[in-house]
Amino acid sequence: MEILVCIKRVPTVGGRIAVTPDGQEVDTRASGFSISPHEECAVEEAVQITERDGGSVSVLTLGPEAAIEQLRGALALGAHRAVLLETDGREFGPIATAAAIAAEVRSGNYDLVLLGNEAADTGDYQVGVRLAHELGWPVATGIKNLSLADGGVVARREYRGVEEAYSLPLPAVVTVKEGINLPRYPSLPGRLRAKRAAVDRSSPEWAAEGLRKSALRVPESGQHQAEVLGEGVDAVPSLVRVLEEWGVLS
Amino acid sequence: MGGALVSVLVLVELDGGEPADASLRALTLARSIGDVRAVVFADAAPQNALAGYGVTDVYLVESSSLEGYAPQAWARTLAGLAAETGATAVLAAGTDRGNEVLAHLGAITGLPMAANCTLVTPDEGKTHRLVRHRWAGLLLEDAVMEAPVALFTVATDSVAAVSAETPASLQLHVHKPELAEADLVVRAAESPAGAGGASLATARVVVGGGRGVGGPDGFAPLEELAELLGGVVGVSRVVTSEGWRPHKQQVGQTGTKITPELYLACGISGAIQHIAGCASAKHIIAINTDPGAPILAHADYAVIGDLHQVIPALIEALRAR
Repeated sequence: MEILVCIKRVPTVGGRIAVTPDGQEVDTRASGFSISPHEECAVEEAVQITERDGGSVSVLTLGPEAAIEQLRGALALGAHRAVLLETDGREFGPIATAAAIAAEVRSGNYDLVLLGNEAADTGDYQVGVRLAHELGWPVATGIKNLSLADGGVVARREYRGVEEAYSLPLPAVVTVKEGINLPRYPSLPGRLRAKRAAVDRSSPEWAAEGLRKSALRVPESGQHQAEVLGEGVDAVPSLVRVLEEWGVLS
Repeated sequence: MGGALVSVLVLVELDGGEPADASLRALTLARSIGDVRAVVFADAAPQNALAGYGVTDVYLVESSSLEGYAPQAWARTLAGLAAETGATAVLAAGTDRGNEVLAHLGAITGLPMAANCTLVTPDEGKTHRLVRHRWAGLLLEDAVMEAPVALFTVATDSVAAVSAETPASLQLHVHKPELAEADLVVRAAESPAGAGGASLATARVVVGGGRGVGGPDGFAPLEELAELLGGVVGVSRVVTSEGWRPHKQQVGQTGTKITPELYLACGISGAIQHIAGCASAKHIIAINTDPGAPILAHADYAVIGDLHQVIPALIEALRAR
């Protein structure tokens, strides 16, 4: 099985998130970058499939040259080949992103394309679906369990306490969510291999889209400081009183 | 708009035959834009509830037309109805299904789609100004959408459900969509999900455990406290990535968004990935050894101390009441 996994480089945000003074981006002066969480699981899922059933995993990202760091991260987890669709720093919208990925898929011989259900940063919830339509392939989204069956895949998720199973013929696009597996830590040999691996590159065209960002901002609510009820077990009587006042002790 | 009618088409999901709460919120936002027409995929429409939210027309797509949930078929149906009713906007709740169906609709029509909006304002010509979530709501994006038909989903934790001042008089239309075979290739086969006690997403009380719990064996007191309070246990991302607890208990951007009366965050530092999941709790209390932990900026009250001492003492005090 030939699998392509699409990943995205996103800021690693810890205790707070801030925006650059021009309001156009997340301030990353004090943060590192990582693979968007759902997509890290997509890499793990692809590696597990090829470990069981053979084949190879290619990993792709659309982003600046610095995103090679995330491609190497995925190679260290067991992906075999890496593709950088290099941007000039401008944010690609979901339509242009899907078109750029589709071009790579057509130039390969893939049976399955895995993506995250949504990117941690932009949260557009649509690149996988648009990619599938570009290719004319079936797609399932938000998947928490994936298995191979009869030349196709069965993709499962939960909806309002009901399990939904989707049977897709291959080739297909599947978007996954964190929880589908527990990603491994990269091994030392994996990291060494990743360091040496070649990265294929191309530069897709940026295109304007009908949805245009004006500015980003941090919502005004919520930021304050909690009132400290006390220290250790001495605080328990006040804690019980607060719970009583709120009416949560019934 | 010069008095011309602005018509909005809304995909309404059902929950036990009634409009899902998330869909009521979407209907509320839709009403602020124009006349609201609803699409329901079921064998009966909750006409009174929809009229109460100002819906003037409901298009009922019976299950004989498509067996089971088929996202592309739902999107194709919306595309047809949007054209038929002259809709200038099509929207859905920002649920798994809502986002998925609207993504298909965007792909089918070649139109842009904005996920998880909190505000949408029709502007001159074919433009809408909107505010939408990024980072699961930790950031807001002000954006402009220029499109003949605006497609978007509604951030369900940021828009309240408010019924119309006066109910609309509602017309029911049974609608038969025109579908291609390809629209029905991907279809959900449904079966009951595995047993799973009270649901994290709808629990009234959530007792949260983070790195401070210390390991997979440290959760028994949290479980006991949750049971005493009629709630469930939720955990932070580090707990699930360490494999201490299953992912379905994770509260956060990549887990479950919770909306309890009380969230008791124990040994949780408060990474914003976690805050994205618990910010809609009505009350938050943090128990943490670190008075500088970021969670304190989101909590109403805090107890500075070790959860391994505070929780057993709290359990004792509650049992003694």
